[in-house]
Amino acid sequence: MAFFHGGLGLCVKKTKEFLKDRMVPLMGVMSAFIFAAQMLNFPVIGGTSGHLLGGVLAAALLGPWAGAIVIACVLMVQCLIFQDGGLTALGANIFNMAIVGTIGGYFIYRLIVRIVGGIRGIITGVAVAAWLSVVMASSVCAIELSLSGTSPFKIALSAMAGIHALIGLGEAVISCFVVIFVLKTRPDLVYNYNKK
Amino acid sequence: MKKRDIVMGLLVALFLAFFFSPFVSTRPDGLEKVAKDQGFLDRAEVAPVVTSLVPNYICPGIKDERMATSLAGALGVLLVFGVGYATAALLKKK
Repeated sequence: MAFFHGGLGLCVKKTKEFLKDRMVPLMGVMSAFIFAAQMLNFPVIGGTSGHLLGGVLAAALLGPWAGAIVIACVLMVQCLIFQDGGLTALGANIFNMAIVGTIGGYFIYRLIVRIVGGIRGIITGVAVAAWLSVVMASSVCAIELSLSGTSPFKIALSAMAGIHALIGLGEAVISCFVVIFVLKTRPDLVYNYNKK
Repeated sequence: MKKRDIVMGLLVALFLAFFFSPFVSTRPDGLEKVAKDQGFLDRAEVAPVVTSLVPNYICPGIKDERMATSLAGALGVLLVFGVGYATAALLKKK
C-alpha cells in the first residue's frame, strides 16, 4: 500500500511542478471523458468484453504526472460511488493503471515520438503505447494475483496478458481516434507538441 | 482552455455516458473472465467495505434499468469532472 501511494505522491509533486493554468480544466474534462469511456464495454472474442483504460490517452494530452492523477481520480470515484473495484483493491488498481499503465505507457509513447517524429510519431506512439499499457497493467495485476496467492503465477499471467492483448487493440484504436481528433481540432492541447 | 471547449468536452462525455452506457456489452471484462475461468471470482463476492451511493452503475429507486444506468453515467461524469477539476485546482494553488 505504502509503495502504491508513494507512486501517487511522486505524481502530486511532479504535477505541482509542471501544471499550467490551462491544464486545470483539461484535467477535469479528461477525467470526465475517461470515466464515460470506461463505462463503454466493447465485446472481444471468447465471451469477454473490454473497455478503455485511457492512461496513455490522458498522458498524451496532460503529460505522465497529471495523466496519472486523472486516472487515479476516475478509479477513486468508481470505487467509492459506484462500488466498481473494491476499496481494498484501490491501491493496487491505482498502481497498475495510473502508475504502470499511464506513466509507464507515457515513456514508451515518448520514446516512439522521439524515434519516428512528427504527427506520425504521435499517432504511432499512442497506438503502440496504448496497447502495451493495457498488457503491462494486466501483467502487473497477474503478478499481484499470484503474490496474494489467488492464482498461480504462470496461469494468471498468460490468461491476463492474453485476453488484454486483445482488449489493448481496442485501447489503441480508441486512443488514436481521440488523439487524431484533438490534433485536428486543438493541437495545442497535445502535451509537449507545440514546443518543438 | 476556453469555456466553450470545457462545455464541449463535458457534453461529449455526458452524451457517451448517457446514451451509450445502457447498450454496452454485458459480457465479463478481462479480469472478471480470468477470475471466473480460474475460479477466484467468488473471492470478490464479499460485503463491500464502504456502502456506495450508486452500486454497479445503477441509480437506486429507478425502475427502468436502462434509465438508471444512463443517469448513473451522467452523474458519474459530472462528479468525476468535479473531482478532477478540484484536484487539479488544488495542486495548482500550492
